This record gives sequence, C-alpha cells and structure tokens, in this order.
Amino acid sequence: MTAPGDPRARIAREPFAFFGCVELRRVLDRTADDERELMDRLEEVPADSIFYHTHGYFLRQRPAGIAYGNDFARWVAVDVRDQVLAERLALVDPFEWRQVEDLREELVTIIHDHLARLGTVPRVEFGETFHFQQSHVIQVPLGVTARTLAEFRAGLAAVEASAIYFHMVEARARLGRATGDFGEWLRDSLGMAELAERIGRIDTYMTNLERVRARILSLVDEELEKP
Amino acid sequence: MIKIDDYRAVAPPGTVDIILKLAERVQGRRFLHVSGGRFGGGAAEMLRTIVPILTDLGLDAGWEITGGDPGFYATGRALQQALEGTERLLTDEALDHYVEMNRVNAKKLHLAADLVLVHDVQPASLVVERPGEGHWVWRCHFDCSRAQRRAWSFFRPIARQYDGAVFSLPRFAHRLGIPLYVIHPSIDPLSDKNRELSSREIASILGTLGVPPGRPLLVQIGPFTRDRDPLGVVNAYRLVKKSHPVRLVLAGSAGDDRESLDVLADLREAARQDPDIVVLELPPDAHLQINALQRAATIVLQKSIREGFGLGAAEAMWKGKPVIAGFAGGLPQQITYDVTGYTVHSIEGAAFRIRHLLNNPELIARMGAAGREHVRRTFLTTRHLTEYLAMLIHLTG
Repeated sequence: MTAPGDPRARIAREPFAFFGCVELRRVLDRTADDERELMDRLEEVPADSIFYHTHGYFLRQRPAGIAYGNDFARWVAVDVRDQVLAERLALVDPFEWRQVEDLREELVTIIHDHLARLGTVPRVEFGETFHFQQSHVIQVPLGVTARTLAEFRAGLAAVEASAIYFHMVEARARLGRATGDFGEWLRDSLGMAELAERIGRIDTYMTNLERVRARILSLVDEELEKP
Repeated sequence: MIKIDDYRAVAPPGTVDIILKLAERVQGRRFLHVSGGRFGGGAAEMLRTIVPILTDLGLDAGWEITGGDPGFYATGRALQQALEGTERLLTDEALDHYVEMNRVNAKKLHLAADLVLVHDVQPASLVVERPGEGHWVWRCHFDCSRAQRRAWSFFRPIARQYDGAVFSLPRFAHRLGIPLYVIHPSIDPLSDKNRELSSREIASILGTLGVPPGRPLLVQIGPFTRDRDPLGVVNAYRLVKKSHPVRLVLAGSAGDDRESLDVLADLREAARQDPDIVVLELPPDAHLQINALQRAATIVLQKSIREGFGLGAAEAMWKGKPVIAGFAGGLPQQITYDVTGYTVHSIEGAAFRIRHLLNNPELIARMGAAGREHVRRTFLTTRHLTEYLAMLIHLTG
C-alpha cells in the first residue's frame, strides 16, 4: 500500500511509449588492411559510420564473454592480432563523448600515437579486411505504454532488447536526450529524480542489453519494494 | 502452413512483435521476389519460408521465376561461376542470348511492385526491362568480390541499373556505385532441416542411414567437392582416431563433374578401408536426414577451403553443436572463436581442436549452448524478415 503523494502511486499525464529499433546496414566504399589505413579511413568516413562501429556495437549482441568495446578494437585484436592497440581502443568508452567528431579524434589520436612507437605498421595476415559500414536505424513503436512505475516495469521486462538500446543509447547519443528516455520520463512525469539519476548512472559500456535491462529492473524493483 | 506467431517459441522475446509492427507500416505493399528457380538450397530454400510469412503479415508478397532454354540456364550458371571467380569461357553470343531470354521473361512476368528483389544472376538482367515505377534491388547470395574481369565488365552495367544491391557480407561486395546493403542469410528453425526431433526419431533415421550408434560422432555435411575439403576431414579424423575411438560421417551430394566423382571415389575408398568412416550420398531433399545427423553429432565440421556464406555452421549451432570450420566465406562471421567453435587453417588445426573438445567435454556443452543463442539472435528467419521489412520501409517510405 502506498501513501498519498508517494510517487510510486503517481499516474503520469504523458505515458511512456516504448520504441524498438531495426538497423538496415550499408557497406561503404572504405576498407583497411593495416592500422595506418584504419587511421586514414577513420578520418574520412561519415560520422554515422563511426557511430555504427562504436555505439552501434552494443545493438549487435554477441555471445557472452566476447567484449571488445567497439568494432575497431575487435578487428585489431582478432584480425590484425595487435593486442596492445586492441586494448587501447577497447577502452574508448563511446558514451563519454558528446560529439561523434570528438570520438573520431580520440580514436585517430590513439592509433597515431601507437604507430609512432612502432617500426612497422601491423597489418592483416590471416584475418579479414576491415569494411566500414553505417546503418539506417528505423524506429518501431512497440505499442507498449506505461503511466505508472509498475506499468513501466512490466513494459520494460517484456519489450524486445532493441528498445533498451534505443532508449538508453540512441536517445542519448544521437537524439540529444542527455539522460536517456527512461530517466527523463521517470524524473519529469513521475517525479522520481533519484531513481532517474541511478538509472542514468548505469554503465552501458562493455556489457550487453539484457544486463542493462536486468540492472534497470532491479533498480525499479528496489523502488517498488521500499517500505 | 507455418504462421509468424509460430516463431514466438523460438525467436528472441519480442522479435515477432517488432515484425508485426514493421509489417503494419507496409500493409498491402507489393514485395516481389524473382529467382531462377523454386527448388534446391540457398535463395530458393529461404524464399520458400519468407514469401508465405510476408503474405501472412499482410503484404502483397510474390515470387516469380525466370525460365528459358538450356542455353539460357547454361550461360546463367557459367556467368555466376565467373562472377564467383572461376575462370569460364563466355561468348558474346551466349551473353546476348542470356539478356534476350530475360527480355522475353520480362514480357511474361508481372514485375510491377513497390520493391522487386532479384536473386542472383539468372534473372538479374530483367532490370534492363524494369517498369518505370517501383524500386529494384539485386540480392547477391554469393561472393563476387573476386569476379573474373571480363564477366564483371559485362555484368556491372546491368547491376548498376538497380537502385541498390544486398550482399550477405561486406567483403562479398564489389564496387558498383549504387547503395550496397548487408543482410546475412538465415535458417528456418521450423523447417524439416532444423525443427526439433525426438531421440527416437534421430535413432530411427540414423538406423535407416546405416550409421551405427555408440561412438562420438564427427559429422560434415556438404557437397563432395575439393572446396569443402572432405578428404582433409578424413585426414583430420585419422589424426584424432589415434587417441579417440570416434566415427566420421560425411554426408552430401556429388555432382556429375570429374572433380566431384574423383573426390567421391577417394572417400569411398577411405570408407572401404575403415568401417568407422561412413559416406552418405543424400538427395537434395534429405532435410530430415541432415537434421538427424547434425543432432546426433558430437562435433560438426565444415572444413571448407572455399565457401559461400556456409549456413551449415548456423544449422549445426542451432542444434547445440560446437562447429570446427575452415577459415573461408561466411564461416568466421558465424563462429565466435573459442566461444561457439573454432575456425582453423589446416588439417592439423582441425584435428587439434577436435581432440581439444573431446578431451574437454564440458566445453562441448558450453559452446553448443552459446552457439544456439548466437544463432537465435543472428541467423534465424525472424531476423531476416526484420531486415527485409526494414529495407521495404527505407526504400518505399
């Protein structure tokens, strides 16, 4: 039983509408066979391609235990087999950068610094060429809405995983909603600033969408179960 | 008939709902597929699943096929092989005939649609006669990155008349100057080749095929060609057999060309000398048999030297089997090294990884489970449908 005025009982005027998303991938006419080419192409490709290979990495879920952080680090580790650069690139958290151009600069700077210390440029010997891609993301309204915290919890538990990506990653990084859609709605529509802040602090980097979903659900459950 | 809702039991949670929502946006739109035939594997196998589901989703989905005389089919096949990189002799007369036959096909077929997806080479030159309206996209199911120069010179001006092209992998693409999309092929988890089978069904089918029970089973499914390296698999098996009492099953089909017949003869000789090698020639519709063999396997091999996308790996992973595969085609894309199986570069590499798994049976179960989940998210019909619908929305608004 909730007390009068308890935000857990509040009914939002504007319901939260869950959206999923689908990627249509395009391959660009840009490839790299060695680390210098990777650096050169990184300077040229559209920002959408950098986004696809960094933020978009988290939409394309992989088997548990495989975490390189972005496609560039994965390629350097698996195909070039340069563990030093792979480690440095893997640690670039795309969610720390407000602008993709700044992220591009960071990636180029790391590769440049790495190559400056080497006598030869590491290249693909037995692996595969890196192909730059980008994607067109189609938003899909899922028809699931929530007006209360309990409904929000039920919706979040049921929606397809791409909804977690859309509201936690795409909304923040590409659509300019700084705290993510979940946090924004909980704060503005239900007055749950603290819960919103805790959700905003969830580290979406180097994990997968299901773990992010589980973490949000557990925070919501804690809130619902408070005496 | 299988319906979209039947996939709720096998697809990742929420996937069918996304498909239904995407389909709502393109209700009644005409989505036409055109291919060179309705039978066999590859594109036709996927279309047999996808077209009825698109109809079930409320689209006006269609599937037309091109026809012609033996010369048309022979040139279409030779042109595709040349685009795949094999040296073939193509005369100007034969190529002119190929284009002319598709002009005739274009007059006979109903090609008006919001989106026309033309699969592979046989029907590709229909685009020359495309109607004024609708979007046309070429769906290339093979690797044309190393096409023979002369074949490519002929084909490129045809392909450039499309509004876009779809490749199974970025590296299968060739420079075309039109938008190039990437969509992986898929397996149908509800088809006879991939549906669940009871242990009794599996035992019965294996009995019919003459595969005795009682030993760890290594299985490779695929054509008996040098590209798939079944002789390399026999040599890897022989290295393993020194330390493990295993049985090897090589199942597939042989063409009537000299190379296939030579490979099959060598395999039969190997089987004659060793009763633990079983060579099975299967007809093209042996879907249940392939299903049962993959499910009975301890480890599935796909030691190709040259390969297309190689969906056999996804089929095996869907059945919870670790896969040891050659570093070729789409196999490295499907197999996550050390998580769902291994890609190897040699016979010794294959033998080493087989022994490694046999000596660490807990890995077999763990990799099998990881592989099934990987396929569930990435290589099922449902993901394929999602991307086709996304393309239809993207191109037709």
